[in-house]
Amino acid sequence: MSEKEPTMTQTPTASSNTAITDFGIDTTTMSTSEAVRDYLSRLRAGQLGSLPALTGLVALVVLFAALSDVFLSLNNLANLLAQGAGQTMIAMGIVFVLLVGEIDLSAGTASGVAGAVLAMHYAENGNLMGGMGSTVFIMFIAALALAAALAAYLRIWAGTAISLLGIVLTVSGMAANPWIEMLLALCVGTAIGCITGFLVSKIGMPSFVVTLALFLAWQGVLLQFIGEGGVIGISSSEVLNKVANGNLSILASWILYVVAAGGFAALSLGRHFRRLKRGLVTQPTTIVLFKVGGLAVIGAAATALLTINRAPNPNIEISGVPYVVPIVLALLVIGTYVLNRTRYGRHIYAVGGNREAARRAGINVTKIRASVFVVCSSVAALGAIVYSSKVGSVDPQAGGLNTLLFAVGAAVIGGASLFGGKGRVSDAVIGGTVLAVVANGLGLLRQPAAVVSIVTGLVLLLAATVDALSRRRAASAAR
Amino acid sequence: MTEPILDITGLNKSFGPVHVLHDVDFAVRAGEVTALVGDNGAGKSTLVKCVAGIYGTDSGRVRFRGEEVHIRGPKDAADLGIEVVYQDLALADNLDIVQNMFLGRERGSAWLLDEANMEQAARETLASLSVRTVKSVRTPVSALSGGQRQTVAIAKSVLWDSKVVLLDEPTAALGVAQTRQVLDLVRRLAEQGLGVVLISHNMADVFEVADRIAVLYLGRMAAEVHTKDVTHGQVVELITAGRSGDIGLARPENAVL
Repeated sequence: MSEKEPTMTQTPTASSNTAITDFGIDTTTMSTSEAVRDYLSRLRAGQLGSLPALTGLVALVVLFAALSDVFLSLNNLANLLAQGAGQTMIAMGIVFVLLVGEIDLSAGTASGVAGAVLAMHYAENGNLMGGMGSTVFIMFIAALALAAALAAYLRIWAGTAISLLGIVLTVSGMAANPWIEMLLALCVGTAIGCITGFLVSKIGMPSFVVTLALFLAWQGVLLQFIGEGGVIGISSSEVLNKVANGNLSILASWILYVVAAGGFAALSLGRHFRRLKRGLVTQPTTIVLFKVGGLAVIGAAATALLTINRAPNPNIEISGVPYVVPIVLALLVIGTYVLNRTRYGRHIYAVGGNREAARRAGINVTKIRASVFVVCSSVAALGAIVYSSKVGSVDPQAGGLNTLLFAVGAAVIGGASLFGGKGRVSDAVIGGTVLAVVANGLGLLRQPAAVVSIVTGLVLLLAATVDALSRRRAASAAR
Repeated sequence: MTEPILDITGLNKSFGPVHVLHDVDFAVRAGEVTALVGDNGAGKSTLVKCVAGIYGTDSGRVRFRGEEVHIRGPKDAADLGIEVVYQDLALADNLDIVQNMFLGRERGSAWLLDEANMEQAARETLASLSVRTVKSVRTPVSALSGGQRQTVAIAKSVLWDSKVVLLDEPTAALGVAQTRQVLDLVRRLAEQGLGVVLISHNMADVFEVADRIAVLYLGRMAAEVHTKDVTHGQVVELITAGRSGDIGLARPENAVL
C-alpha cells in the first residue's frame, strides 16, 4: 500500500486527487522533528495527557530524595510499591466508573467486605456459617443469589457466573486454602458490583446517592462480620502474607522483565509496522523505537536494582521484584486492553462521551453503565487482597476511612475526568504512585498525619487546577 | 420518471387527541434531493421520525423499492438502509472521527477491534464525498468545527451502504462557509444515487440543492412540486397558507365536506 500512494496522487481523476490532499496528515509520514513539534503544539493547546502527573511525580521524588536520605534506599522504594498497590488497584477499578460519568463511593467499604470474607474463611477454616452465625450466613447467601439474579436480568453473564461461584465456594465449606479465599473475595466484590450496577442503571438512582448509601451499609456489614473491636489476622498464611510482602526470585524477576518489556516491544513495533504496511499514519519509526528502547532501559534498571539485596539487617536477605509489581502490571495491561482494543471498552467511552449518541448507535447503555460497577467492585476486591496482605489482618476499618477518597483522588491526579469520557487505567497507576510517594515521603520525614492529609489535599487540588486550566486552554484552542 | 425508492401513502399519526399527520403522501427518489419544508408544528419532524421507526404510525402504507415494508423500530429502518441525521448530530465528543463513524457497528471481533480497517474505510468514505476540511480522521470530534461535525454525521450515515438519508436541518447552526460545504455534500450524496430528504427552513438552501419540494401544512401534504416549476414566493405561500394559486390544498369553499 505504501508504494501505492504516489501513483494514486498521479491519477487524473479529480476526486481521488482532492481526496489525497485532503487527508494530508493521514497519508504523509511525519519526520521525527515534525512529530516532536506536533506534540509540543498539542501541549500548548492544552492536551497535556499524563504529563502533569508525571512531572509532579518526578518533582516529589527529587524533593523527598533531597530531604530524606532513606527515601531513595532500595528497601524503602520496594516498600513504597507495596504500600500504594492496594489503593492504586481500587483506583484502577474506579477509572471504569468515572469513564461513564458516574462515581462509586462504596468501592472502599465493598472491598473491606470482600477482605473480611477472605479473612473469615481463612480464620474459621472454611466454616463461614460458624463465623457469621446462621442468620447472617443465610442472608449472605441470599445476597449472593440476588446479585446473580440481578446480573442475569441485566444480561451481565460474567457477573451471574462469578456470583454463583461465590455461593458454591461459600456453601461447600472447603477448608482454608489461600487461593480459594482470594477467589471468594473476588466473587463477593463482583456480587456487590452487580447490586450497585442494577440500582444505578436499571432503577435509575444517581450513583452518588446509591453508593453513599451502600458505603454506609457495607461498613455495617463489615463490622457485623468482624465484630466490634475485632481483628482477623491472615499473616500466618504464607501465600496470603506474601501477596504484598513477598518478592519474586531473582530469576523470576528477570523473566518478568523479559516478558513485560518484550511483550510491549512486540506489540508496539508489530502495530507500528502493520500500519506502515497498510499506508496508515503512524508516529515516526525513530520515536516508536525510542519509546520501546527507553522503557526497556528503565525496566532493566528497575529490575536490576530490585534484585540487589536490600535488607537493612545484614543477617537476612531481601531481593527480587515485589509480587505487587506483576499484579498491578497485569491489571494495567488487561484494563488498557479492554478499554482500547475491545468493543466493550469503546462503548464505555461512548457512553461517557455522549449517552444519547451511544443509545442511538444501538449500544445497550443500561448494561454498560451497570457493568462498570461490576468491574469496579471486582477490582476493588482484588485491591482488598493486597492491602489486607500488606497489613496482615482485616479489621472493621478495612477499606473505610479515606481508602475510597484516596482512590478517586489517584485517578483524578493521573488525569481521569470526573465528568466521564476521559481517562485511562494508567492514570490510576500514575496517580496512585504520586499519593503513595507523598504518604511514604512525609512519613519518613516524621510528619504527623495532619500534615500528610493537608499535603495530599493540596496535591489533589493542584491536579484538579491543572486539569481545569488545560481544559479551558483546549476549549479555546479548538477550531 | 423514476420509481420512488421510498413511497409513503396515506400516513396518519396522532398523539392522543392531536391528529398530527393527515393522510400524508410522500415519495423519495434515488439520486434526487427532496426538500421537506413547512412551518413550525407542520409535522416535518414527526414524519421523519415515523419513517425512521422512532414513532409507530396509525395507518398508512410504506413501500421501499416497490415492496411494502413495515417499519416497527429504528433497527428496521436501519436494516432497510434508511439513515437519519438528527439536528443534535449524536456524536461522542471524546471519540475521534473513525470511532464515531463506526460507533455501535465496529469492525473486527468484539475482543479485538480492527482499527486499521475502520480507519481506511472512514477515510475512503470521506474521500468519496470529497470532504476537504478534515485533516486527519483521528481528530477527536471535540476539536472539530460545527460544519465539520455535521460533515462527519452525514458521512457516518452513508457509511452503511444506505439508500435513503434524511437530514434534519443540517445547516441551521452553521455559518456561510460551512453551510456551503454541507450543501455541496448533500448534492454529492444525491449524485451517488442516494435518496436524500432535506428538512430546512432556509429557502435559499432549498432552492439551491433540492430537485423537489414537499410542503407540509398543518399535518397535510400541501404540495409536492419540482423546484424548477415554482418560485420562491409560491413556496412561502404554500408554507404559510397551504396553497398558492392552483397548487396546494383545496380552498375551503371548494372542499368536499
